[in-house]
Amino acid sequence: MNEDEIRNILQEELGNIAPEMDLQKLDPSADLREALDIDSIDFLNFVTALHHRLGIDVPELDYPKLFTLDGAVNYLASRLKRANG
Amino acid sequence: MAEFRMPSLGADMEAGTLVEWLVKPGDKVKRGDIVAVVETQKGAIEIEIYQPGQVEEILVVPDSKVPVGTPLARIRSEGEAAAAQAAPIAPAVTTAAVPEGAPPAAQRPVPAMPEGRPAGRQASPAARRLAQMHRLDLSAIRGSGPGGAIVIADVERSLGGPPVQAEKKRAIGLDLDAMRTAIAAAMARSKREIPHYYLQHQVDVTPCEEWLEKANAVRPPSERLLMGALAIKSVALAARRFPAFNGFYQGGRYEPSTAVHTGVAIAIRGGGLAAPALRDAERLSLDELMSRLRDLVQRARGGRLRSSEIADSTITVSSLGERGVEALYGIIYPPQVALVGLGKAVRRPWVVDGAIVPRSIVTITLSADHRVSDGHAGALFLAGIGRLLQEPDKL
Repeated sequence: MNEDEIRNILQEELGNIAPEMDLQKLDPSADLREALDIDSIDFLNFVTALHHRLGIDVPELDYPKLFTLDGAVNYLASRLKRANG
Repeated sequence: MAEFRMPSLGADMEAGTLVEWLVKPGDKVKRGDIVAVVETQKGAIEIEIYQPGQVEEILVVPDSKVPVGTPLARIRSEGEAAAAQAAPIAPAVTTAAVPEGAPPAAQRPVPAMPEGRPAGRQASPAARRLAQMHRLDLSAIRGSGPGGAIVIADVERSLGGPPVQAEKKRAIGLDLDAMRTAIAAAMARSKREIPHYYLQHQVDVTPCEEWLEKANAVRPPSERLLMGALAIKSVALAARRFPAFNGFYQGGRYEPSTAVHTGVAIAIRGGGLAAPALRDAERLSLDELMSRLRDLVQRARGGRLRSSEIADSTITVSSLGERGVEALYGIIYPPQVALVGLGKAVRRPWVVDGAIVPRSIVTITLSADHRVSDGHAGALFLAGIGRLLQEPDKL
């Protein structure tokens, strides 16, 4: 899975949480929690969805790495590479 | 013969629109079954029934707005003889034609439509709303839901594929303007009638954070716990011990409640607020409470709450979570008599055993009804919540 595919999945799952937001206009370096008004339950749902879709279980300690779209893409790409390599 | 009536879903509700029947004449119902969907200012609410028996007759057709208390259906109690006009239901005829493995809904006969209602127009609230938004005629749409009911996917199909996502998600049974009107009515009444007093208490929640970190490290995301679940459980346990904060003030007198149903304040995207009940919170394990909380938040935001969750809260908990500010002073939701607010946790220098150490501090507030309790009792109640949070493993 390449980075574009990961980004698409992330945007889809964020879209499920914040359907009224225009994710195309989302600054990929902005804090998602602020930009999309995501609370702790939303964030847990986001992490749960990533677990189901990508098979990656993000531990709580790594949550901060998912706080921006760019950060999440990088983190998940390297986790997937490690899992497959 | 019992009558199933339009329930009152809050002191401010006068009427509701019946949008969907989920049962038909002949169906057996038991206590707690969801039998209908009613549209109110608070969104589409799933209505539960409390009389077990068999549905004898549907008295109100979908899309009718009727006052609270109006009989919606007649229910025959178990053992009661069937009325002469009750049509027998013969599912065997249709079952034969259905291949094995088909969903059970398909095996049921199509529900008899009440008179005057065109057949094939049974539709879910979400589907109805989406169709309305696009000025689609429901009768032109083929339903694929139970009994041929039109579901949202059917409407989307006839629109030519899924619409823009924002539109789709907005379509669910929530009308934010109506919700604002309902909030305004309840809050104005609260400030008019309830003499509030306010207390605050700073609590070291470091034990909770450490316990959560440990517990969640070995759990998959779907089973992880949040601070909010610990807070709700603590408030519920304390509320059981302090009955002056758990109950209803109605008709000039206070009635404490034996059950603890914590209303959970849930922010709705786009500017709304719902506080559905997490029932019997003090009896739930943290795991159960957490999964019920996730379900409740999802349904509140999707506009699909149940009648027992709307009217039954005995005390409200409002938690600002990890963002936001340090303290909130809530307005009590009548006829309740107390609201507990939790601000976000902040790292603060704190004195522990004579040394200054960094700890996570949450400001817990209490808004309470002075007609029922005094500051002294309120202080004991708040301190009790704080103490429970020191031993999260016992929650």
